[in-house]
Amino acid sequence: MENRDYKGYLYLVPAVLFLGIFLVYPLFDVFVYSFEEGYNFASQTYRGFGWYNFRYVLRDPYFLQALKNTLFLVFITVPLSTGLALLLSVALCSIPKVRELFQTIFFLPYVTNTLAVGLVFMILFQKTPYSDGLMNLLLSVFGIAPIDFIGGPYAAKLFVLSFYTIWIVLPFKILILTSALTSVDEGLYRAARIDGTPPGRIFFRITLPMIRPMIFYLIITGFIGAFKAYSDAVAIFGVNLNAAGMNTIVGYVYDMLYGDSGGYPSYASAAAILLFAIVLTITTVNLLVRNRGRN
Amino acid sequence: MEVTLRHLTKRFPGRGKNKGQEVIAVNDMDFTIPDGELIGLLGPSGCGKSTALNLICGLLAPTEGKILFGDQEVTGIPAEKRGVGMVFQNYALYPHLNVLQNIIFPLENLKGDQKLTREAMRAKAEEVAELVQIRELMDRRPSELSGGQQQRVAIARALVKLPRVLLLDEPLSNLDARLRLKTREEIRRIQQATKITTIFVTHDQEEAMSISDRIVVMKDGVVQQIGRPQEVYDDPANLFVAQFLGTPPINVFDARVESGKLLIGGEPVMDTDVAGGSPVKAAIRPEGFEVDPKGPLSCRLKAVEVMGRDVSVVCEHEALTGAPTIRSIIDADEQPDDEMRRSGVVRFSLKPHKVLLFDAETGERLRGAGRDKRTFAGRS
Repeated sequence: MENRDYKGYLYLVPAVLFLGIFLVYPLFDVFVYSFEEGYNFASQTYRGFGWYNFRYVLRDPYFLQALKNTLFLVFITVPLSTGLALLLSVALCSIPKVRELFQTIFFLPYVTNTLAVGLVFMILFQKTPYSDGLMNLLLSVFGIAPIDFIGGPYAAKLFVLSFYTIWIVLPFKILILTSALTSVDEGLYRAARIDGTPPGRIFFRITLPMIRPMIFYLIITGFIGAFKAYSDAVAIFGVNLNAAGMNTIVGYVYDMLYGDSGGYPSYASAAAILLFAIVLTITTVNLLVRNRGRN
Repeated sequence: MEVTLRHLTKRFPGRGKNKGQEVIAVNDMDFTIPDGELIGLLGPSGCGKSTALNLICGLLAPTEGKILFGDQEVTGIPAEKRGVGMVFQNYALYPHLNVLQNIIFPLENLKGDQKLTREAMRAKAEEVAELVQIRELMDRRPSELSGGQQQRVAIARALVKLPRVLLLDEPLSNLDARLRLKTREEIRRIQQATKITTIFVTHDQEEAMSISDRIVVMKDGVVQQIGRPQEVYDDPANLFVAQFLGTPPINVFDARVESGKLLIGGEPVMDTDVAGGSPVKAAIRPEGFEVDPKGPLSCRLKAVEVMGRDVSVVCEHEALTGAPTIRSIIDADEQPDDEMRRSGVVRFSLKPHKVLLFDAETGERLRGAGRDKRTFAGRS
């Protein structure tokens, strides 16, 4: 019936309108912006279309620094946080009596404001003329000279940012993995026990394959989340990330739009499109690996 | 392998509302399973039969008592060292491994001088797959198998390391009726071929009766009776066992014994040498009725259900307890005649050996002085 077809599309209208206006159009617009050369924010005019914006961004040392920071952050925090979450989840599941208590404790960072956590991290790590910070106090016990984590060497700053990121993303991963672990059929473990399977083999041959889809989900969302990192860096290093040398790609995009060097939507768009291309590539690779492992 | 249970008891601490109150799941189980037999552990849900199985396989530790495999005490030995094979109710096949990998899994765990080469493992897996007839399914995943095929894979996996004892937990409950019939014969065949002492748990009395060498009837953690299926059916130790075995179930009447006569609803229905006086329960198997115009037991006829080979006569009697109607099974050519159907009254005479008397209070079996002196077998 024609009438019914028409009605079906009618139901789609709110969603299509909403997504179209707030998602598809901006995406398209960003794409167009990224190719508009010499765009003038005030007069809203441009000279022509081309690759200039991409060339500019890729030669901008601030962008390259942001790219380097983001890549470091992604490839350090995603494997570490996922591995750590797995370790903690397995440990949690092996102590059934106090599991819920510890689950709540581990979940607290998730409901805590990221900026508040950032403040706490500053207190922990920052070196001021009056104090070396709690972390340095701890290090001095082991005879290590105080390090300026916030304003000091790159490795120290990267360490703090990675530490912070892992701390922030861990609760969600633990939540997902503990529920994945508890949903594994208890009968499989009993069968394995009766057959005399050593614990390590149970973990690698039964537990891990059973929660594999969840691990992949966490890795993919972890990659995407880490590529989009920005507020975490701000929380620790303040708003002038370029000065701290700790900017991220999203931070670069923001600076290009609204920062002190702002007013360049074309460069911001080009950087955003580059980020999109990177995330798309990595997600595709992830999915390919997952699907190959499945068959 | 002979399996001996000595005063086996398992108590669980109470939880929640019943905190501090212990639950006795298995109470003083004490019997020996002869080598190479197939034993059916039978009882209603919550009777402790699965707990008993878990005690034997070692997944649970008993509160009291001992378990022996042959002469070796295994009570303190962990599950993996007992050499038992177990088939779980939901089969517990590893979903990410194919059939061959599932069957080989237990062999890959062997260590030291028991360690096998890949070829030897494969050969063993093929051998046991042949036995349970799943040779052609070796590279399928469990999700690609039917319930019956999964069941066979689970049995193959349990058998591949040649267990001393094979345990099956409700092995047929996830199968449909037709497959259940076929699979239980299959289990019997495999057990006979391997001669491995096998214990299986079920709440389905027909299943237990049909394939077991012996059945163990349990209630509330206590063994009620042990014996060959026919013996237990013909000669139940108490009313519970009598009611639990048989389909349709046994018909129970409030009755009395007076001067050598059994009275149902005040009418003498047959002679008995059980001592009289107190009220009794008279339980009559469905096949214990015979339609007889001059029979002593008169009932109101409700319906006659024709099932081909035989007929079930459904009727009512005021002395009946437990069920609303009496169900009797008679030969198809001995149906109530038109006269009985018109009047709505059917009269039965009773086959004495199908009428069992029980103490109305305790449910214990009442036996006559002259006959029926058999004590129930197996309980030593």
